[in-house]
Formats: sequence, structure tokens, C-alpha cells
Amino acid sequence: MAVFPWHSRSRNYKAEFASCRLEAVPLEFGDYHPLKPITVTESKTKKVSRKGSSSSTSSSSSSSVVDPLSSVLDGTDPLSMFAASADPAATDSSRKRRDRDENAIVGSDFEPWASKRGEILARYTTTEKLSINLFMGSEKGKAGTATSAMSEKVRTRLEELDDFEEGSQKELLNLTQQDYVNRIEELNQSLKDAWASDQKVKALKIVIQCSKLLSDTSVIQFYPSKFVLITDILDTFGKLVYERIFSMCVDNHSVLPDHFSPENVNDTAKETCLNWFFKIASIRELIPRFYVEASILKCNKFLSKTGISECLPRLTCMIRGIGDPLVSVYARAYLCRVGMEVAPHLKESLNKNFFDFLLTFKQIHGDTVQNQLVLQGVELPSYLPLYSPAMDWIFQCISYHAPEALLTEMMERCKKLGNNALLLNSVMSAFRAEFIATRSMDFIGMIKECDESGFPKHLLFHSLGLNLALADPPEGDRLQILNEAWKVITKLKNPQDYVNCAEVWVEYTCKHFTKREVNTVLADVIKHMTPDRAFEDSYPQLQSIIKKVIAHFHDFSVLFSVEKFLPFLDMFQKESVRVEVCKCIMEVFIKHQQEPTKDPVILNALLHVCKTMHDSVNALTLEDEKRMLAYLINGFIKMVSFGRDFEQQLSFYVEARSMFCNLEPVLVQLIHSVNRLAMETRKVMKGNHSRKTAAFVRACVAYCFITIPSLVGIFTRLNLYLHSGQVALANQCLSQADAFFKAAISLIPEVPKMINIDGKMRPSESFLLEFLCNFFSTLLIVPDHPEHGVLFLVRELLNVIQDYTWEESSDDKIRIYTCVLHLLSAMSQETYLYHIDKVDSNDSLYGGDSKFLAENNKLCETVMAQILEHLKTLAKDEALKRQSSLGLSFFNSILAHGDLRNNRLNQLSVNLWHLAQRHGCADTRTMVKTLEYIKKRSKQPDMGHLTELALRLPLQTRT
Amino acid sequence: MGTSLDIKIKRANKVYHAGEVLSGVVVISGKDSIQHQGVSLTVEGSVNLQLSAKSVGVFEAFYNSVKPIQIINSTIEMVKPGKFPSGKTEIPFEFPLHVKGNKVLYETYHGVFVNIQYTLRCDMRRSLLAKDLTKTCEFIVHSAPQKGKLTPSPVDFTITPETLQNVKERALLPKFLIRGHLNSTNCVITQPLTGELVVESSEAAIKSIELQLVRVETCGCAEGYARDATEIQNIQIADGDVCRSLSVPIHMVFPRLFTCPTLETTNFKVE
Repeated sequence: MAVFPWHSRSRNYKAEFASCRLEAVPLEFGDYHPLKPITVTESKTKKVSRKGSSSSTSSSSSSSVVDPLSSVLDGTDPLSMFAASADPAATDSSRKRRDRDENAIVGSDFEPWASKRGEILARYTTTEKLSINLFMGSEKGKAGTATSAMSEKVRTRLEELDDFEEGSQKELLNLTQQDYVNRIEELNQSLKDAWASDQKVKALKIVIQCSKLLSDTSVIQFYPSKFVLITDILDTFGKLVYERIFSMCVDNHSVLPDHFSPENVNDTAKETCLNWFFKIASIRELIPRFYVEASILKCNKFLSKTGISECLPRLTCMIRGIGDPLVSVYARAYLCRVGMEVAPHLKESLNKNFFDFLLTFKQIHGDTVQNQLVLQGVELPSYLPLYSPAMDWIFQCISYHAPEALLTEMMERCKKLGNNALLLNSVMSAFRAEFIATRSMDFIGMIKECDESGFPKHLLFHSLGLNLALADPPEGDRLQILNEAWKVITKLKNPQDYVNCAEVWVEYTCKHFTKREVNTVLADVIKHMTPDRAFEDSYPQLQSIIKKVIAHFHDFSVLFSVEKFLPFLDMFQKESVRVEVCKCIMEVFIKHQQEPTKDPVILNALLHVCKTMHDSVNALTLEDEKRMLAYLINGFIKMVSFGRDFEQQLSFYVEARSMFCNLEPVLVQLIHSVNRLAMETRKVMKGNHSRKTAAFVRACVAYCFITIPSLVGIFTRLNLYLHSGQVALANQCLSQADAFFKAAISLIPEVPKMINIDGKMRPSESFLLEFLCNFFSTLLIVPDHPEHGVLFLVRELLNVIQDYTWEESSDDKIRIYTCVLHLLSAMSQETYLYHIDKVDSNDSLYGGDSKFLAENNKLCETVMAQILEHLKTLAKDEALKRQSSLGLSFFNSILAHGDLRNNRLNQLSVNLWHLAQRHGCADTRTMVKTLEYIKKRSKQPDMGHLTELALRLPLQTRT
Repeated sequence: MGTSLDIKIKRANKVYHAGEVLSGVVVISGKDSIQHQGVSLTVEGSVNLQLSAKSVGVFEAFYNSVKPIQIINSTIEMVKPGKFPSGKTEIPFEFPLHVKGNKVLYETYHGVFVNIQYTLRCDMRRSLLAKDLTKTCEFIVHSAPQKGKLTPSPVDFTITPETLQNVKERALLPKFLIRGHLNSTNCVITQPLTGELVVESSEAAIKSIELQLVRVETCGCAEGYARDATEIQNIQIADGDVCRSLSVPIHMVFPRLFTCPTLETTNFKVE
């Protein structure tokens, strides 16, 4: 094969640029422009859709020109059509929703039971053994009998009910709490099963048995949780009954609306409903009777309009019969809950519940309860909080949207009772925070008067603190409130109680006071928590204190000037917690720090914090965790700026590098920062470095040079070498730049075949190709070293490329060679496409010296020979397509960069054209386009020879 | 057996008052056409009396069941002998509830010694080869609501150890005082019994307070009459040691089938 000589086309970049630029046309307002937003006017759509026409209706703001989008769609714009059709439905449903909202007074601001549920389950636990007493009658399976005589049916059912009361008693003793919960869950499931299999009597039995459990207070600490579990079953039951009766009302033709009146309910449904109520009314025991009736309270709707409003007071009275105060208060809570759900407008019964409760309140201190407590070995301070969930719930129901007067009245009533700490607590946790906050001094007074032996005071202060965190007390009282409260809190002996209170009050302090008070509070916390390493048990609370403090102090200079803040941090001695806290601090810092800082206090403190985070990284740290930490540290580094004091800045980076050497992203960030610093310097000096700045810039470059090798990621290193090299070049550090490029070149052979990207192995060649192309464009302007030969960097790179083991089945090597060809032809120009200020590139160094050009052309020849060699190897069947496309791309390269007046080059290009078409693999459209392009080019001046070329390029017609 | 017979009464709760018309349909369904000798419908109402073992002795109670008293018994021929087509046939019917002579339609009542029951029976007579088909269905008779307003007769009561009957050793009883009142001793059966009860004082802790509904049935027979009090229903109104001097409501719904308004006839009596 003949060696083809290379002749670069000489180019006038400026002229080319000017001719290629698009003509800028000023745009008149109101003219059609494809990027202008299309406004679809809906009114039009509606009108048209009513008429039923199918013409295009979308109207864009440009009315003169047809909107290309809507003209494509022959018909109504589907989106607006959809909007038009959906519109009436949407308004309809929204109206419905509004209606519903008006009917149901309970809005979204009412804390639902579901959210309390989990809390109670988590809080009231026990390690004691529990037992379930269940009477399960012999199953006779009579429920399915089809006796139509109603009385008979009822009789059998009642018999069954009687039957199982005498039936086998199954007592499950010694259950752990978890077993108990599972057991109840089983019961819930069997209730559903029994219902589904039409064994209504069995279902009722289960429910009655379950509610009977609620009268048992044997393991009293577990009672609230038990209540929650069992009322779940009751709720299920209530829902099942309601749905069943509701479904009976559904006739063939009509479905009952949501708000139906009893007249619409048919007789069968009413009868069934009545039967349920009769059946329940004949339950012997009070507590099951109450609970079961309450659970199906909603069904009263089927019978009469006033049913519920009559039932509620009756049920309320019924609770009076429950002797145990704890059981009765929970029964009240359940009634309130059902009542709120079914008829939220009936407030009277809620109030009545409350007043009844107050009447029975003194019972708590009665003999019966005391005896029971002694028996179970429960202290009063741990017994009273058992009331809280139920009372909180009752109070919440009452106070929901209640007038101020009612609340005041309730408070007065509470005040009158002796030892009302329990009441106070519930009042504080359920009433509106604003209400409490305005009266906080009264509350503090009341709390102080409370008997110490009963309800623990720290819980009271805890509740009060929660309210104050939500609503602001009157301006004048604020300091006094804090003083009074803290006086009590600081006297708490038990560190757990103390820290629980302190956690809440810190928020109030942060909200209303300055750093001095916060400092005092923090100091007090430290004082309390340090003895006996008490802090070890209360990391969550301490963590929450820190979070609250940083949430309110966004200005970090203030935050770190709080003297006790860092000593406070020192309390977190368990590493995982410590890191967690550090993360929080950094997150807040990144979020709220607006401008760069150089405050030494902040820097020192945050460096300390970041160091803590960094030091937690070890071999076991997860990737995600590392990324998170690196992100936080990077955020900090970016925020540090010493302004014009560049040296200080650099020394900070040096320090940071020594501190954060384990986190690669941080090092990368540091390198970028230093590069940026160098460029900043250049900007300040306007490109003319003085001796001092030149030395500084070289220091920066050196920093990068020694940091990069410590990185692991190979492409990170390559890119950084290139980038830093460019920076060095821009700062006239020629030998340093050479060093970077050489380092990059020597690194290329180490690039592995596959690299790990986001946990997946991917071939690396495409990345390498990308990097090399980038590299070539930099190499264009790198001046040759006087001691090395001409184009030594390019040569070295070519050698490396030659030796690199490329994938057999890919043509990346040839693509790179084509790029090299482009590079070389750009290098042979008289003036280069771009330059760096103050750096003489090869064009001015050699000034178009013929020896340089010859050298250049020789390189080209070698590269071309390589390309042609490769094309030849592709002559096999499976590679023909590749051959064709490579041939065409090579053809294009010659067309763009080669001088086609040269005969041999001309001949080569014609050959390539034929090669591309030879096996019918070429894309005809591309070929046609290319040919058109050549013809167009030939009309330009100096391009006449292309006409001739075009004639020699036949187009293959596809047959 | 492909043939089935069913009675559907029009009212879902099957409650009728005297003088009203009992209406409904008889449903006959079968795969094949059904040959029959006629279908008739019978309404029966009777009072069954049984003597209590306590008052007359076991044997007499066993043998001496008093003959049931018939209140109503009438039959109508619904369909003449013939054939029903295959599938479902519905035959509507109407029965006026009237009694002959001076008899009264008592309310349906299921007691221990007295039973008042009304049934509707449908018979399909068939040829020798196939059995006759019968279906019975109970319906309930309520007496018409009383006319004129019932005057409530509230009553107050006090229970102390002294007021208790059948106590053996009065001295062993703890001291207590319970007051209360019933809104009316004279109740409308459809309305619940209501009242209040206040525990003023009690030495011992209260375990439970229960309310018992008792009926008194009296049966007359040859040897005089038997009178018995039996418990119908017992419900708890207080559980555990209730709060002192706080009124606890008394509320009881009368179980409809097992109670009836006080009734007095020559032969039996329910109070």
C-alpha cells in the first residue's frame, strides 16, 4: 500500500468563523417564535366541545402563524380537552368536599387517634406476665341455620350467648407482652374471619370477650396499651356492622348517599340494626355492654336522626357505674373518640363526660385504688401518668374549637380540686398552646402548689415547656417564667427527669432570649449530666437540645461564642452519636451560612467538628455515609474565604488537606479550590504576575501536583492533571504544566479496561476517548520544550496510545488517531485557533518553519498509515459496517482538514468514498448530504477544485 | 329434592297488631313441574301453659300439662289441586287478623311456663308417592299501643341492711345505704326502664351492682293455680367500687319476646 502524504489545508479561522455565524435577526414583540409559550385558552375549548366540532381549537398567543404543535394535532388539544371534560367533575367533587367539611366539624387540625395510638403503645409497656381470660363457648355452628322464624333465631343466639358464659374457660397465663399483643391480633383476625364466614354470633362473642378484658386491671402499667389494642378490635367490629347494614340498604337501583336520612333506610336494614342493639342491651356485664354499644354507635344513624344524640348522654351516664377510676376514664376516652368520629357537633356529652370525671376524680385517692396499688406494688407517681393518654384525649376533644369561656371554666373547675396535678398536666397537653401560654404564670403558680407526692412535677413542667415552645407568652412575663421554671427544674435530682425537662425548655430559652441565657442553661445541663456520666443514658435528649439550639442560632459566630457550646459537645462521647451531632451542625451551617467567612472562632470550631466527622471514617464506613460526610465538609471548605489574603487561604487548604486526607471528594474539592485560588491571583494581577505572586502561584501548582497522586480514582486523577496543567499554563508556569501533562500521559497505560461507576462495572474506553480528545485540544497550545524534540508531548502520547491494549472489537483507537490528525493539521496552521495570554504557542515559536511542518507531516503520514491499516483489517463480513462508517468519517476528516488540491490526497478521498459505499452498508442519506455539502463548498472562493471532486464521487443507488 | 316451599312475610320484623292484615307470599320453586293436591295456609295462635315443678311436683308437672288454649285457627285453600310449572312460583296471600267470639289476640310471649305463639303454616298436599310439604313460619303479634297517656308513677327507694329480706345474719352485713328512684314503676314495654341509683355510703367495697328483671307467671289449672317468679334478664349497672353519692343510671331495655305487658286472663297471668 502506498504511503499517502498529508497536506493540511491552510485555514483562516477568523474568516471561517465570520462566515459560519448565523445572522442575528432582531425579533419584534408579538412575532411568532417557536420558543414562546403556548397559551391554551380554555373558554374556547369549551365552546367548541359543546358544539361538537373537531377543528383545532388550541390557540397560541401568536395568532398570525399556525402553532406548529397544534397543527400537528388534527383536533382538539388532548390536554385541554381533558381539562375541559374533567373540569365539571373536579368542581363537583370539590364542592362535595367543601360540603363535607362543613358538616364534619373535625378538620385536619384535629390530631387523630391514630397518631396517639403508636405513642401509647410505645410508652406503656410492661415486663410482667399477663393473662387473658377467655370464655369460648362450644361452637355449635348455628349461625348458619336458615330458620326463618325470627324468634327462634334470636333464641338460639341468646342461648349461645348464655352457653359460652358457662362454657369452657380458657385462661392463658404467663404471657409476655409480645405474646399478648399477638394474641389480641389473632383475635382481631378471627373476628374478621368469623364475620366473613357469616358467624355473626361468634364475632359478637369475640368482641364481648375482648371488651371484658378491659375490666381487668391486674397489670396496671399495661392498661393503656391494652386499651389501644382492644379498641382496635372494637373499631373493626363497629365498622363491620356498619358496613353490613349499609350494604343492606343498597337496593338494586339506588345506593345510599353518604348523608342519608333514616327514612331512606329499608325495613330489613332497620330490623337488623335494632336486633343488634337489642342483643347488646342484653349483655349482662356493664363494661362489655358499654364498649360494644359504643362501637356500633354509628349505626344509630339508620334508625333515627336523633339516635346518636340520645345515646351519647345515656352512655355517658352509664360510665358512672364503672367503679375503677382508670377503667372509667378510658371508657370515657373511648366514648369521646367514637363521639367525635360519629357526631362531632355533639359537644354537650363531651363536656358532661369531663364533669362526671371531675366528680369521680377523688376516687383516685380512695381506699380501693390505694389497696390495689399496694397489691401490685405500683407507686402513685407512676400510677397517675397512666391516666394521661385518656385524659389528654378527652381534653383534646373538648377543647377542639371550644370557646375561650369554656376553657376558662374548665380550668376553674380543675383548680378547685385538690391535688390536681394530673388534671393540670392534661389541660396543658390538650388545650391550645396560645391559651396556656398567655396564662403561663398562673400555671407555674398552680404547679408549685401541687402536692409533691402525687403526680411528678417534672412532667408538669415538661408539658408547660412544650406549650411555650409552640406559643409565645406575654412579653413581660417571659424572663420570669424562665426563672421560675428553671428554679424547679434545676432542683430535679434524677438526671433522666432533669434532661427531659431541660430538653423542652431549651427551645423556649432559645426562642426568646439571647446567648447569655442559653449559655446559662447549657452550663446547668452540663453540671447536671456530668456526674456519674449520666449523659451516657440520655444522648437522644442531649442531641435534641443541640438541634434546638442550632435551629435558633443561625449565626455561627454567635453560636460559637456561647461558651458552653463546645463543652456541651464534649458530652457526646459515644462516637456514633458524636458524628450524628456534628452532621447536624454542619447541615445547619451549610443551609444558613450565606456568605464566606474567615472568623477564626467559627473556623476553629467547625474544623474541629469536621475533623470529628472525618475521623469516624474507617474501613467499615458505608459509601453513602462517606459521600454524606464529604458533602458536608466540602460545604464548609467552600464557605471559607480570607478575602484578599490568598496566602492565608492556601495555608488553610494545606491544613485542611492534612486533616481530611481520608475522604477523596474532599481532596478533589481542595485541589479545585487551590486551582481557583491560582486563577483568582491571576485575575487580581491582570495576568502579569509579580515575583511574589508568581512564587505563590507556583506554590499552588505544587500543592496540586503533590495532592493528585494520593487520589484513587484514575479518571479523577487524569482530569485533575489536565485541569491543573491548564491552570499552570494559564499562570505561565510552563515547566510545571509540562510536568502535569507528562504525569497524565504516563498514567494512561494504567487505565483499567473496566471501571466501577456507581457500583457497576463499565468499560472505560469511552471515558478514555473523551479525556484524550480534551487533552488534544489542550496540547495544541502547549509550547514545545526547548530541550526536547519537536512535538515531544504528542509523540509520547502517540506512543502510549500505540502500546495501550485496546478492545479488539472497537474502533476507538482509530477515532483517536483521527483526532490526532485534526490536532496535527491545526498545529500546522500559521496562527492557531486559540491562545493563552502571555504564553507563546508553537505557531509563534516556530513561525511556520518548514522543518517543523515537515516533522508534522511525517507524523501525519504515520497516523494515516495506521488508520488505513486498520481499515484494511475490517474487510471481513461482520466488520463491513464499521469499515464503511470509519471510512466515511476519515473521508470527512480529509475533507475538512486536508488540502484536496493534492492529487494523491484527492485520490485517497475518492477511494474512501468508494470504500464507504462498496458493500451497501452506507447510509444513503448521509452520503447525499455529504455530496451536497461538497457542491456547496465548491462555490466558495478557492474551493473550485471541489467541483471536480464532486464529479468523481458517484452516488450508489440502492436497488 | 328439587322442590321447596317458603313463606315470606311482607313486614321484615314480622310484627302485626290485631285487626291488621297479615300479607306475604308463598314461594314454590322446583326444577320440574310439580304435581300437587292443593296448597293451604293455616294461621294458628295458641297459649301453652306448663306447670312449674316447684308448685305442683315433678310428676304432675310432667303429666299435667295444661291443654293449650287456642286463640286463632283458620285455614284457607290457596291453590286447588293441579300442577305448578317449573321454576319459581309466588302466590301472594292476605290474612285478616280477626278473632272469633270474645277471644283476644294476646301478645307473643315466650316465657318459662306460659308461651304465646303465632304461626303461619303452609301445607302442600301431594300424591302418595311424594311426601307432603310443610313450612311453618312464626309471626309476632303486638297488642295495639295503649290509648291515652300513661301517667308516670315515679318511685323512690332506699336499700339498707334492714330492708333486705331473706338474710340470715343481719349482724354480719356491712353497713350501707343506697338510695335511688325509678322514673316509673309502670312502664311502656317499648321504652326502657330508667332510673337512678346513688350509693350514699358503704362500708365494704362494692364489687358490682346488678339489676334483675323478674316476671311472675301464674297458671291456673284444676288444682288451683301456680305462681312463679323467674329471672328474665340480669344486667350489671355498676362494676367495681363506684363513686359515693354519684348517681348511677338505671337503664334496661325489655327483651321484647320474653316480656309482655302485664296480662290477666281467666286461665293464666303474666306480670
